[in-house]
Amino acid sequence: MPYHSIVLVKQVPDTANVTAEAMKSDGTVNRAALPAIFNPEDLHALETALELRDRFGGTVTAVSMGPPKAADVLRSCLYRGANRAILLTDRRAAASDTLATSYILAQTVQAIGGADLVFAGRQAIDGDTAQVGPQCAEKLGIPQITYLEQLVDVRDRSVRVRRNTGSGWEIVEAPLPVLITVMETANRPRPEGARRVHRFKRARVEAEVAAEVKLALPDATDDEQAAETARRVEALRKQGLLIEQWDLDRIGADLDRCGLSGSPTKVFRIQAIVLTKEGYTEIPPTEEGIRRLVHELVLDHSIG
Amino acid sequence: MANYFLDNQDILFLFDHIDLQEIASLQELHAENGDADYVPQDAADAVDNYRRTLEIVGAVAAETIAPNAETVDREGNTLNDDGTVTLHPKVQENIQRMTQAELMGFTLPRKYGGLNSPNLIYTMATEVVSRADASFMNMFGLQGIAETVNAFANQEIKDEVLPRFAEGEVTGAMVLTEPDAGSDLQAVRLRAHQDEQGNWYLNGVKRFITNGCGEILLTLARSEPHISDGRGLSLFISERSEHVKVRHLEKKLGIHGSPTCELVYDNTPARLVGERQRGLITYVLALMNGARVGIATQSLGIAEAAYRLARTYAHTRHQFGRAIETIPAVAEMVTDMQVAIEAARALTYETSRVCDLENNYLRLTETCADRLEPEQLKAYKKELRALKRLNSMLTPMSKYYASEMCCRVADTTIQVLGGSGYMQDYAAERYLRDARITTIYEGTSQLQIVAAERGVTSGTFEKLVEEYEETNYQLAMLEELKQKLIGAKSELVRAIEFVKTQPTMFLDLVGRRLVDAAIVIYVGHLLLKQAVRNERKQRVARRFIESGLPELRMKCEQILARDTSAIDEYDLLAGPVPSTK
Repeated sequence: MPYHSIVLVKQVPDTANVTAEAMKSDGTVNRAALPAIFNPEDLHALETALELRDRFGGTVTAVSMGPPKAADVLRSCLYRGANRAILLTDRRAAASDTLATSYILAQTVQAIGGADLVFAGRQAIDGDTAQVGPQCAEKLGIPQITYLEQLVDVRDRSVRVRRNTGSGWEIVEAPLPVLITVMETANRPRPEGARRVHRFKRARVEAEVAAEVKLALPDATDDEQAAETARRVEALRKQGLLIEQWDLDRIGADLDRCGLSGSPTKVFRIQAIVLTKEGYTEIPPTEEGIRRLVHELVLDHSIG
Repeated sequence: MANYFLDNQDILFLFDHIDLQEIASLQELHAENGDADYVPQDAADAVDNYRRTLEIVGAVAAETIAPNAETVDREGNTLNDDGTVTLHPKVQENIQRMTQAELMGFTLPRKYGGLNSPNLIYTMATEVVSRADASFMNMFGLQGIAETVNAFANQEIKDEVLPRFAEGEVTGAMVLTEPDAGSDLQAVRLRAHQDEQGNWYLNGVKRFITNGCGEILLTLARSEPHISDGRGLSLFISERSEHVKVRHLEKKLGIHGSPTCELVYDNTPARLVGERQRGLITYVLALMNGARVGIATQSLGIAEAAYRLARTYAHTRHQFGRAIETIPAVAEMVTDMQVAIEAARALTYETSRVCDLENNYLRLTETCADRLEPEQLKAYKKELRALKRLNSMLTPMSKYYASEMCCRVADTTIQVLGGSGYMQDYAAERYLRDARITTIYEGTSQLQIVAAERGVTSGTFEKLVEEYEETNYQLAMLEELKQKLIGAKSELVRAIEFVKTQPTMFLDLVGRRLVDAAIVIYVGHLLLKQAVRNERKQRVARRFIESGLPELRMKCEQILARDTSAIDEYDLLAGPVPSTK
């Protein structure tokens, strides 16, 4: 039977390619200096959803929350095969912490009409909290399975997942609908499809169209620009190239729970930590050597 | 993320340098798009699609194909007892990735699910793939088979087969060679006969068939038993079945990922492609031209991979307290490799571009004649004749020049790496093994020379070069180099005139020298054009021309010396045939 999935994806600064200007002097991330990329583990979440659809049929809807530029990752989802893409963008959602973000995303999922499976990457490389997926599940009132390594099976209204426990794995079963967070080891994301790229490279959210119109017609009045934007948006919609742009009103969000006012997290202190090497221990590749290594790791609670 | 297109400065340079919009306009004119929803809006949009397509190819090549290459080389494919072949799992993975990336119908019309890419873009793509794994290029590069079906088969076959190619459901094989019909395909014996209902069946043996285990076989067979030469041969299409078995998988020096099959046909049902008797003389020759550019491209890819290894090694390896690249002899090896690659790339890409012009003029005049203005049709037809002549010289030139360059570069890479290069610890030895086939298959270097020397001696070459000689370069250095090329051409022309006074046998003997000399002059001009707005390319052009001209003069001198001892005194110089006892 076909399954309908929603994948939560995020555009993040590429923290793996950090340069000297990555941090501003106040300790916050200098987003302008870092290239914006598809959060790596979200790509694996998308792949899991696409493979599920390849096997059983159904649909994959990609959802992202962010500024209009985040439409980039939604286009990338369309290039790989997503059926539908929705960008939740709203100035009032700025500065949301994980609590507010998960609230907004849960509201979005509900406004879509729910799904059989909601997928998300385990965590985003900019915050590394791994909280948004689980909090979403709580707010949606559905079971969650974190750290998916393999989607073992989906049968009727239940799913079996092999999840990583940190020191091994376990296979768990949950009824649908369910929210699942996906690890990098789950699969290898498919490449973008050339035909889909040629088609969806023109896909836009309304905010992008408005910005393009502003550039193209700098001398036009606001009304003229708005009319031109509406015309272009309509043309894109007809061609199936409009990425839906939703705001907080569209999802019926309680504004007190969004943005700064919905975010109790306060940054108490930011500390720059420089990791330095302090000597090394050579372990001989023998039974005895390994035994000593394990013993040492147990003593300092690295394992066990 | 690694990307073999985006990290290649020379391919990126040529992508911008070559007038792709001209090609795109032709390619899109009356293109068969069906109801495809990914048609570009205009030529600029098409060029943007080309770039995006190559970025995808570059990503798959770097992230999947290249990391798989070593294992595929070591383990190869497997022949099963039932006459089928199981491709190595990593080869299957490569195909799956290329299919997911929607690249398996690269040059096919969109109405079949293809990308309608010009040959030149396909050339760039196959180079990028070959750099990752030369043997996988033989799977990705077999798209010429689908193209042949598209060009010559009837509508029914096209509708049935082409979408399956584009979706990556099937791969194909071009089944030509037999034990006694290699370079001489006129000697093909595999029999095709019709039953009373007019159905065709094939019987016989083919060997050295690249991907002979593929699902779609295009087979050259003798349909007219009473005609013993090429006019008795027709082209047939058949599906893999229990009526055609792989009897043997060849054990080869290189390209281990590419299954080379011996095929046994046992009453294999087949359908005729195009018309009877045109199999070899029209269809296979057309296919062969594309395939030859393909091998030139594969050669570029292998050479690029080898060069990068040598360049890195020369930079990081220290001996005598310094990087070995500071040793003059090593520095010269490294720079010669790079210049040779850029020279061969210039020639191959230009050939590809000319092929695109020819292919499109042919398509437009043959299938869209009613939609063209009469004057335009006339102009296209005239242009077409000239392009055909030009291509029949440039295609074998590229194949010959790029493949010989590839072997040289792969060989030099091992030299730069020294003992390490000889060991299996580095990919250098694989590159050399993979390189070695390029001067052999799809026509040996010697056959390419025979094909190219006609153009060199019949005026095609001179006419081509004259156009370049008319270019006025603002930069004194470039103008000076151009004058040197003009001077060199008159030396070559003198040698050509001399050859014309001699028996044909002499032309066959010195053909290689003539073609070598012509290539130096032509590629010299191509590099000068590239150098107009690029300072580095000015140095490349100078290095190429200044080191090429003395060799050109030497070759002309050798021709004029009229040394025919290799033939006249063959027995004496070659010595006795070795005893087998």
